[in-house]
Amino acid sequence: MNAPITSPALTAKDFKSDYKPVWCPGCGDYSVLTAVTKALAMLELRPENVAVVSGIGCSSRIPAYTTCYGFHGVHGRSLPAGTGLKVARPDLTVLVASGDGDGYSIGGNHFLHACRRNVDLTYIVMDNHVYGMTKGQPSPTTEPDWSSKLAPGGTGVREFHPLVIALASGANFIARAFSGDPNGVAALIVEAVRHPGFSFVEVLSPCVTFRPEQRGWKESARPAPVAYTDDPARAARRLMTDDGFNIGVLYKGRRAPFAGLPAAPTHSLADLEGGFRL
Amino acid sequence: MKANHSSVSVALAGSGGAGVMTAGNMLLEAAAAAGYYGLMTRTSGPQIRGGEAAAMVRVSTFATDAQDDRFQVLAAIDWQNVNRFATELPLGPESILIGDQAHGEPPEVFTKTGARYFPVPLKQLAGQVQGGWPNMIALGVLAGLMGLPAQALEAAINKAMKKGVEAGIAAAKLGLAQAANLDGFKLKEIPAKSSRWLITGNEAAGYGALRGGVRFVAAYPITPATELLEWLSPALTKVGGTLVQAEDELASINMALGASYGGVPALTATSGPGLSLMIEALGLGVTAEVPVVVVDVMRTGPSTGIATKSEQADLNIALYGLHGDAPHIVIAPNSLSDCVAATEWAVGLAESLQVPAIVLSDQYFGQARAVVDVPAFEKKSFHRAKANSNGQPYKRYALTDSGVSPMAIPGTPGITYTADGLEHNERGTPSSQSGDHLAQMEKRARKISQLDPGDAWASIEGEGDVALLTFGSCTGPAREAFARARAEGFDARLVSLRMLAPAQPAKLKQALAGVKRVLVLEQNHSGQFLRYLRSEYELPGEVKSLRRPGPLPFRPEEIYREIVRP
Repeated sequence: MNAPITSPALTAKDFKSDYKPVWCPGCGDYSVLTAVTKALAMLELRPENVAVVSGIGCSSRIPAYTTCYGFHGVHGRSLPAGTGLKVARPDLTVLVASGDGDGYSIGGNHFLHACRRNVDLTYIVMDNHVYGMTKGQPSPTTEPDWSSKLAPGGTGVREFHPLVIALASGANFIARAFSGDPNGVAALIVEAVRHPGFSFVEVLSPCVTFRPEQRGWKESARPAPVAYTDDPARAARRLMTDDGFNIGVLYKGRRAPFAGLPAAPTHSLADLEGGFRL
Repeated sequence: MKANHSSVSVALAGSGGAGVMTAGNMLLEAAAAAGYYGLMTRTSGPQIRGGEAAAMVRVSTFATDAQDDRFQVLAAIDWQNVNRFATELPLGPESILIGDQAHGEPPEVFTKTGARYFPVPLKQLAGQVQGGWPNMIALGVLAGLMGLPAQALEAAINKAMKKGVEAGIAAAKLGLAQAANLDGFKLKEIPAKSSRWLITGNEAAGYGALRGGVRFVAAYPITPATELLEWLSPALTKVGGTLVQAEDELASINMALGASYGGVPALTATSGPGLSLMIEALGLGVTAEVPVVVVDVMRTGPSTGIATKSEQADLNIALYGLHGDAPHIVIAPNSLSDCVAATEWAVGLAESLQVPAIVLSDQYFGQARAVVDVPAFEKKSFHRAKANSNGQPYKRYALTDSGVSPMAIPGTPGITYTADGLEHNERGTPSSQSGDHLAQMEKRARKISQLDPGDAWASIEGEGDVALLTFGSCTGPAREAFARARAEGFDARLVSLRMLAPAQPAKLKQALAGVKRVLVLEQNHSGQFLRYLRSEYELPGEVKSLRRPGPLPFRPEEIYREIVRP
């Protein structure tokens, strides 16, 4: 968070565009959109100094629903696009939005390397354990016995554990949020943006269309029983053993973020030519 | 021995650790110091370290980036596996072989060419100098055979060696003395020396990128593009830019797009396998209208192919690889030094038209090092049209006459928008309506089709009713073949295309007016360039395809024969 405050603070409404989302009624992503706009207002940012970058999927439609600069790229590549943008323009606040298919499946490799690269950006994944846009196929976080047309009887493949992977890969901030509590999500996003380096916010965001049973998440989600730790070993033990419904900041690291563009040139092009000159 | 050669080609071969590349580079430096032009190419076995290798050095009184028909000298520190390079090292009865008896006789594949063998005790001579090495003896022998002066050799050794300079010079002088006993191939005196660079094609492309304004590069290591990135990494830092090593090529191109969306001109460099991975994101660049440049240093394909050797077989993917109708730019440098201007031009076109551009270099240019005349740069002014708020709703994809719509750069208030790979309307709102698709498609096509590249689209030399069409690194040997034909009073037209997309049919038609016979020269198996020409252009008269896959380069002689054929 390093954009200058040039005008009086805005409200959440100022960050919401007039586009009507394509999401189904009841989708958890509406609340995430609300939370993002609230967080940006709380951070006293201006829309022009924030970029929201995404890939493909239901959740990845979020950039245009904000009044910020948006980049809606190709499937799975939101993190590289966001990384390039933040490295080239360290003055911007960069939020990268994704879903469990976009972020953990097709974009899985970028997730690992974004965590270890530790560029100062915030990665918000709306996880609903299903591919919604393509109408109900299992994703990496889907339970192995969840039956679908593509995998009748279930995939039989164990779930991906994004928070553990993030920790092991070097993410500097790890939080879990639940879209049923937009104010809570907003508070976590604020903290994530303020924390230097790669901040990862996994948001449980129900898909009421293809996973109606996820309405029950509001009963399961609860504040994490203990405060966050900065000790990766302790964090690993907690993340490995929790049931996936502990909400809050779970880990805050102290790694220095990746450096962006240097402040100023030290050489001219003619100086570089000197290296070739005979 | 008369100094009557205008070009001498030598190869120095040996197994890993023998120092053939080190000696080859010093020979090239010595030739440059003596005022000659020079070219060094290299070949090696598949080993990561060690294994047989050969440095091929051509020294000439004229600028060229082509290999000659034959090598006058093949010297070997040892002969282990050197026979594997036989097709790449053509010799003739006028050629000589230099080798150390201690390592046995030269392989028959070389002696049967009629080349004469002169043994030189490289190892024993090296033993006479404390800290002397056989490669430095060989360096002296080769320099002596060309008639390079001792001072030039000393200067080159001084420049290249960090330690052991005196031993190096002493050993090289022993080699020079050996050469005095042999019939050599003395070079003519060189006329007045022009202002020159010693540069590889990869460095040239990197420098062109910086000249074009690129300040962000993301890339994944791949042979033979890696040196381009290794040159750019520190160079970018010096000019206020940066290079990010990405986790794969999917990340490289998307990082570049992200940076460019942020207003910083961006590039990535790769080879065929990487370009294949980048194709989807290039389509995003087309639709979202985000400038980006990819330098493809082509190697033999498909798949991993021969990673270390050259081929011009990525033309199809560069032109047609993107799904959907995706107008974009494809530029091919047609000399090693043109890698500067061609890449700079590609960056300028990408920026000014808000479109992806692909630069088709190849391993031959990329990894060859040559003495070149300092290129004359045109003062071209390309820039990205940037938007500012005028109080009206901002239309990122406004349907302008030129097809180019001013782009909002993040940080600019009042005109925020979302760049989108989804089809959209003028405002950028995703749209699945046929009218928006057609209008935006025509807008994107218009900005490319209205582009007038002026004379830069091709280099054209000569007159006559025979024309040769080519592109890229085939141009060097073609130029040399044309010079020979012209010297014998046979003129013909050489048209080397630099702008491959968009095609320039009107300009080629004019260039080929009156032509009765067309030769199409390219280094790939299926005739990709010929097929492209057939689909985009009208070719007059009789058309003949001259093609073969990599890695063997075309030799001037074989092109010459086709030009002058009755």
